[in-house]
Amino acid sequence: MRYAMAVDTRKCVGCSDCVVACQTENNVPIGFCRDWVVEVTDGTYPQLEMEIRSERCNHCVNAPCVRCCPTGASHFDAGGIVMVTHNDCIGCGACIASCPYDARYPHPSGYVDKCTFCIHRLKNGMAPACVDVCPTKCLYFGDLDDPNSEVSVVLRMRKSKTLIPEAGTEPQLYFLI
Amino acid sequence: MALADIPLSFPGGMAAGILAIAALYYIRGRENDYKTAVRITPFLTPFLLILGLFALFIDLRHKLFFWQLYTNIKLQSPMSWGAWTLLVITPVSFIWCALHIKDIFPKWDWKFKWLYVLEAFFNKYKKTFAWVMLIYAIILGIYTGILLSAFNARPLWNTSILGPLFLASGLSAGAAATLLLSKDAKERKQFARIDLVMLGIELFLIIHMFMGFMASTQVQIEAARLFLGGQYTMSFWIFVVIIGMIIPAILEIMELGRYHIPVLIPAVLVLFGSLMLRFIIVYAGQVSRWLY
Repeated sequence: MRYAMAVDTRKCVGCSDCVVACQTENNVPIGFCRDWVVEVTDGTYPQLEMEIRSERCNHCVNAPCVRCCPTGASHFDAGGIVMVTHNDCIGCGACIASCPYDARYPHPSGYVDKCTFCIHRLKNGMAPACVDVCPTKCLYFGDLDDPNSEVSVVLRMRKSKTLIPEAGTEPQLYFLI
Repeated sequence: MALADIPLSFPGGMAAGILAIAALYYIRGRENDYKTAVRITPFLTPFLLILGLFALFIDLRHKLFFWQLYTNIKLQSPMSWGAWTLLVITPVSFIWCALHIKDIFPKWDWKFKWLYVLEAFFNKYKKTFAWVMLIYAIILGIYTGILLSAFNARPLWNTSILGPLFLASGLSAGAAATLLLSKDAKERKQFARIDLVMLGIELFLIIHMFMGFMASTQVQIEAARLFLGGQYTMSFWIFVVIIGMIIPAILEIMELGRYHIPVLIPAVLVLFGSLMLRFIIVYAGQVSRWLY
């Protein structure tokens, strides 16, 4: 099993519903977020091109945060999901410094927190909160090892990219372009 | 991260330098030639290491869980290496001081018999002990740099030269500490020489670090530009390179010649330079990032 997510940058309108859904579902403290929206505008008016990306932890195959964690609190869970065990985390911040995507934040309770692909929902057969709530249905989630999963199909049909693949992290968050 | 690294890195690096020099001279049988370096300067190290450990602890956000560092061994994590190295080198520095405590307090009495037994035991195997101290001091010195260079996400830190650079900086700070404390002219001359060699190595490594950056990918070129015209240019080249390396090097060369220079000046400048080097690299590294 290899969980992955694909974000359709052509369909995303940057409404930030995914951010609010995540904050509500996961009780993210005020002032922090596990996912966020990036808008990139290229060109000069009137020849403009815009890319809107809903970003979150890339659940990398070669995750630097897991490698540099001194206690093993950061680890790979089922399906390659990068997780933090809160009571194993000492809050040293090494993982925050090691993440090229800045996907982690220090939770006010002391441990480091990040996107979990809503693992608690996956266990009950549901999709992550951000995927379920998206009004334009631009988020695709599923198992890459299953050729018939939504994400496998859409990644076969469309051109896609990952963020900073040259960092060698093998990110599993794909952006359809 | 930012706060911990300076107090951990500077006292840690300096302690590593002092202990490595002490162990090396003891192993080579030069204990009587360089009494201060082997017997007196190491008395600074327990304080430095405890200061470093305390700073590391203060910087943890989940403080009461700190013990998890010592229920795990993670070979891929420099932080884990550092925690275990500190666990070895701190008692080693205490024992080394205990073995030489009579040089500072001649009438020292251990009071308990078992402490005398322990002292005799360590004195018997002092050479082996010095080897352990040398190896762990070098690991500690390199660790202060490797901790940063393991972070692929911060291009400025992501160069393996940082390990040897911080080790050389620690050794020069250690030599400067002996230079400050020694009253023996011959020993001072020798440590001015050691300091000079270390400063030369540091300059060499700094130049090579920037050569490597400039020949590397765009993100590392951007990282190097922080120091070559960017926001850290003045502080780095003036405080670290000119005040912390070139001026003390010139003063030490003059000292080795026939001029008499108050030893306080180059020694304090070297310590200042070593502190600033770590300060600036830690802060600038967090500014450098991948672009996307």
